[in-house]
Amino acid sequence: MGTDLTDIQHRDAPVTTSKDSDRAAAAAEEIRAPKGDSLVGKTVTINRPRQELYDYWRALAQLPEFMENVERVEPMGGNRYRWTVKAPAGRTVEWVAAVTEDRPGAVIAWTSEEDADVANSGRVEFRDAPGGRGTWVTATLLYDPPAGIVGKVIAKLFQREPAIQVRRDLRRFKQLMETGEVATGAWTQAQRAEEMN
Amino acid sequence: MRALTWHGKHDVRVDSVPDPEIVNPRDAIIRITSTAICGSDLHLYDGYIPSMKAGDILGHEFMGEVVETGSGSTLRKGQRVVVPFTISCGSCFHCSKHQYSACDNGLPADNQDIAQAAYGQPMAGLFGYSHMTGGYAGGQAEYVRVPFSDVGPIVIPDGVEDDKVLFLSDILPTGWQAAEYAQIEPGDTVAVWGCGPVGLFAVQSAFLMGAERVIAIDHFPHRLELAKRFGAETINFEETKTYEALLEMTGGIGPDACIDAVGLEAHGFFADNVWDQIKVSTFTGTDRTHSIRQAILACRKGGRVSMPAVYGGFVDKFPLGAFMEKGLTLKTGQTHVQHYLPGLLNAIMEGKIDTTFLISHRMPLEQAAEGYRMFHDKQNEVTKVVLKPGMDLSQAA
Ligand SMILES: NC(=O)c1ccc[n+]([C@@H]2O[C@H](COP(=O)([O-])OP(=O)(O)OC[C@H]3O[C@@H](n4cnc5c(N)ncnc54)[C@H](O)[C@@H]3O)[C@@H](O)[C@H]2O)c1
Ligand SMILES: [Zn+2]
Ligand SMILES: [Zn+2]
Repeated sequence: MGTDLTDIQHRDAPVTTSKDSDRAAAAAEEIRAPKGDSLVGKTVTINRPRQELYDYWRALAQLPEFMENVERVEPMGGNRYRWTVKAPAGRTVEWVAAVTEDRPGAVIAWTSEEDADVANSGRVEFRDAPGGRGTWVTATLLYDPPAGIVGKVIAKLFQREPAIQVRRDLRRFKQLMETGEVATGAWTQAQRAEEMN
Repeated sequence: MRALTWHGKHDVRVDSVPDPEIVNPRDAIIRITSTAICGSDLHLYDGYIPSMKAGDILGHEFMGEVVETGSGSTLRKGQRVVVPFTISCGSCFHCSKHQYSACDNGLPADNQDIAQAAYGQPMAGLFGYSHMTGGYAGGQAEYVRVPFSDVGPIVIPDGVEDDKVLFLSDILPTGWQAAEYAQIEPGDTVAVWGCGPVGLFAVQSAFLMGAERVIAIDHFPHRLELAKRFGAETINFEETKTYEALLEMTGGIGPDACIDAVGLEAHGFFADNVWDQIKVSTFTGTDRTHSIRQAILACRKGGRVSMPAVYGGFVDKFPLGAFMEKGLTLKTGQTHVQHYLPGLLNAIMEGKIDTTFLISHRMPLEQAAEGYRMFHDKQNEVTKVVLKPGMDLSQAA
């Protein structure tokens, strides 16, 4: 008798899709200096070349174009950036995050600094999609689940459910890259401005 | 501007609302010259479609004149255009394969969640058809904002009147796609369930694609009469056993291709309707849910079933066994309108396709609420209502 076939692990699916939360958490190992305990991972296919997508994302200051809850991302020199994020009642919350991994055309990862109110870290990976269909963009996000005032901020930041927020941000990124604009049902500029608040 | 707005079940009104503006670079603003009420609009009117909000502007079959363009639009002011009911980007994987109604980018990101939950993947956006399909304002209005105006609208040559081309927006390409999906071969007999606009255009298209015979099924005498004018044989299902008649009329073989242009009474595209249908079990007993079952049973062995009719969720008692044993092919889907526009416009210009026969009523936009009432209450005589903003009452016919 050879190998028992039942012992072979069939694990080609991404760990973020695992039913076992411990195994899913292994995705965090991909992020250098991870911050936070809750994990979200999502992939979208974008019909554009990998380098072009990486370049847009790497400019970081452009992220608010498709991340509707991010107001500004400002370079502070080196690989540090100040994030300003919309909070309830017209307030904003800020933190500084450092780029911890940067491979042109392939990967960008970031982690918030020690004293940040909102501990979070993430990684976005760009891979050639099979069959010449453009690029697979995978975003993985780690964050601390909401509590207290910070919880409110997080709830707004991630529209209560980080998985939903990441999914929607990736869709908007896809729209912007494939069509040059972000789709909206608003039919006046005032309605559009209201949607963005 | 003035626009037909939805306020609840059987409550639509012409209201004053803000004028549309250019919001995104590829937008254009169209001044509407003709806009039709569709059978699908009656499902909004009857309150079957969830995620409607009071004040929503209806209408997805419309045409008009370009009055404003964004920096990314390829249209020019003054051009006359017909606008597809599907909102598609033209540049995603699906659009590049001409599967426009499956566009990845037509729906705003937030609105994609419900469609994804219901169907596994989000579909294209639609004009004037609830917030699940994007919350886009519709064209039963004086003006409308048209996104992706560089890929959707088709420019109409001067001198071709509105009534001849308006139905390029939805029902003509839908009937055409239905016939194309039936993969008609020379000598074929094609059966069409439903002689509404979609079924009637499918009858016309099937003949153009080489069908030897078309058998049209409905119960409204006036609609059957219209099918007959195109050369179809007819079955009135109220007086006739449809399956038995179809077999007798085809020497016991069954039609080579069957087109279901009926759909569910409470149809719509959404998960909520599934639960409605389960709860309101009366629907499973109506004739309407029968059409697809009947089509599968009557269809000849190895034949084709084409289903333009809209279904929302799960259908009870689907004859999967007959479908498998007979080796049938089923093709269905929302229409890839943009794909068919150039060819169909040509066919109209060459006089191969006439669409004007369908219009039973023309009225000013101001009377739109009355148009809905008539269309809802008198399906036999009222085959299509076309609203014309600014039309003089004395011209109404
Ligand atoms: N696939 C698409 O993109 C697309 C586009 C437009 C419309 N549609 C759908 O196509 C279908 C037809 O649209 P329409 O505007 O012609 O609708 P309609 O309501 O005007 O016509 C349906 C016809 O079917 C008849 N009918 C009812 N039960 C029947 C039965 N058991 N057997 C035979 N006929 C029966 C009715 O009497 C009616 O005349 C609808 O489901 C509509 O939503 C699909
Ligand atoms: Zn329609
Ligand atoms: Zn598209």
